[in-house]
Amino acid sequence: MTFYAALGAIEQGCVYGIMVIGVYLTFRILDFPDLTVDGSLPLGAAISAVAITHGINPFLSLFLALAGGFLAGMATAVLNTKFKILHLLASILTMIALYSINIRIMAGPNVALLGSATVFDAVTAFGVQAHFAGLIIFGSFAVLVVALVVWFLGTEIGQAILATGDNPQMITSQGVNTHTIIILGVGISNALVALSGALVAQNQGAADVGMGIGTIVAGLASVIIGETVFGARTIARAFIAALLGSIVYRLAIALALGLEIGGFKFNPSDLNLITAVLVVIALITPNLKRRLIER
Amino acid sequence: MIVLDSIVKYFHRGSVNEVFALNNLSLTIGEGEFVSVIGSNGAGKSTLLNCIAGGFFPDSGTVSINGLDVTRWPEYKRAGLIARVFQDPLLGTCPSATIEQNMALAIRRGRRRGLAPGVRHADRERFRRELAQLGLGLEDRLLDKVGLLSGGQRQALTMLMATMVRPEVLLLDEHIAALDPKTAGQILLLTRDIVAGQRLTTLMITHNMKHAIAFGDRLIMLHQGRIIFDVAGDDKKNLTVADLLARFYQTQGEELALDSLLLG
Repeated sequence: MTFYAALGAIEQGCVYGIMVIGVYLTFRILDFPDLTVDGSLPLGAAISAVAITHGINPFLSLFLALAGGFLAGMATAVLNTKFKILHLLASILTMIALYSINIRIMAGPNVALLGSATVFDAVTAFGVQAHFAGLIIFGSFAVLVVALVVWFLGTEIGQAILATGDNPQMITSQGVNTHTIIILGVGISNALVALSGALVAQNQGAADVGMGIGTIVAGLASVIIGETVFGARTIARAFIAALLGSIVYRLAIALALGLEIGGFKFNPSDLNLITAVLVVIALITPNLKRRLIER
Repeated sequence: MIVLDSIVKYFHRGSVNEVFALNNLSLTIGEGEFVSVIGSNGAGKSTLLNCIAGGFFPDSGTVSINGLDVTRWPEYKRAGLIARVFQDPLLGTCPSATIEQNMALAIRRGRRRGLAPGVRHADRERFRRELAQLGLGLEDRLLDKVGLLSGGQRQALTMLMATMVRPEVLLLDEHIAALDPKTAGQILLLTRDIVAGQRLTTLMITHNMKHAIAFGDRLIMLHQGRIIFDVAGDDKKNLTVADLLARFYQTQGEELALDSLLLG
């Protein structure tokens, strides 16, 4: 793997790391497996790209993406809590609906941002090279998001969110409406996923309706790799591990794609297979370790 | 003060699994009264407590607490008035949160939660002081996760959490049934001290007739969703387990012979 390939992987790890933080919030904290993310990532990208092409400030477009993602998450959570639709199914419904909505927003399957202003201009204006600009912007956003989420989960509301995932009966008898909490939590999760999508679009120079495919799988892979490699003993550690897991995941993918054995090379289309194998390895490692130690 | 007026509740109404859980049940419990509730399995004891707590809405009838009609209040809203301790020690606390985080959740029972820190430094002193009263050494373990505690320790903590903010009503649903006899005895004494100390209006379900007689100012016996025996004051003090069993047979006849084995 070349230096640039590694740099690119770390950059991708950071920007998709924001999505992974969102996935961690639903999957692990709220115990709410949420497939909405496959739709809310391109939703954020679409909102941000369309906003920018309409002359809105790229930073401001990120807030619009956050809001759009929050609404998408709310839709899933309302279907689940108020209408008693199974969480997985509710999130699939929202995801499918978002496919059409995203095309409506972009008035087509994609929007190009070539030549438009992006958040990277703020850094490249100081003469920083483009590939470092991505790392700086993505790295700062990722760290900021982790810090904010960890702070938030320490507040009264945040503690109620943790308790809702941990013991819904207990927190209900402490006077908390778990429906409200789930709607808030899934909303925040998808807001972060949309933010991640918006940043990706600004970096790639385009938003595309297909860019969300496999988001949940990449998210879960990163979460599981993070937990296995870095542990999850405290909330702060768990979220830092999720972010680092995302970076490790992208590095592993880059490594696999760069691999050449004799005449054999992986294609980018092998990515799903590689991801599946990575997740399986991450899932069985703790088990294997235990068995080896027992012997 | 709790007033239940003509409560009717069916479960799975209209299906083959239909259960007539509460049969036109009326009950008034005075301020500060400690009532023990007994009855065979399926008599409606837990349903009665759940009805007060808001776990479901009755098919008909009204529930009021301190003069407030709470019949249509969801469970989380009633939590401002009611504290509960469940039979399962795992239900009352969050295992992956620390002792102090659990207590911090409990001192905000029924209050608005905002963006202030979940655990405040000033609260820790109070948590330590209250935990010290349990005599279990938990006051030195504020940062331990509750999942590390034993069932008895968790139930003691739940008992404390239920009463740190004085509830208008305390509901104890067989809260010592899942504990070993020694721990159960300790929790029962803790219960008596807390209830007496704060003069709490309390309902306690128990399967142990001796406990039902020894604890509380009033005893009610449920059968098939109705109250079939209600005794207080000196009449209750002079009760014996034999009296209670006799009462069972007298009201319900021989069909309860098996229950006496379960309840003895």
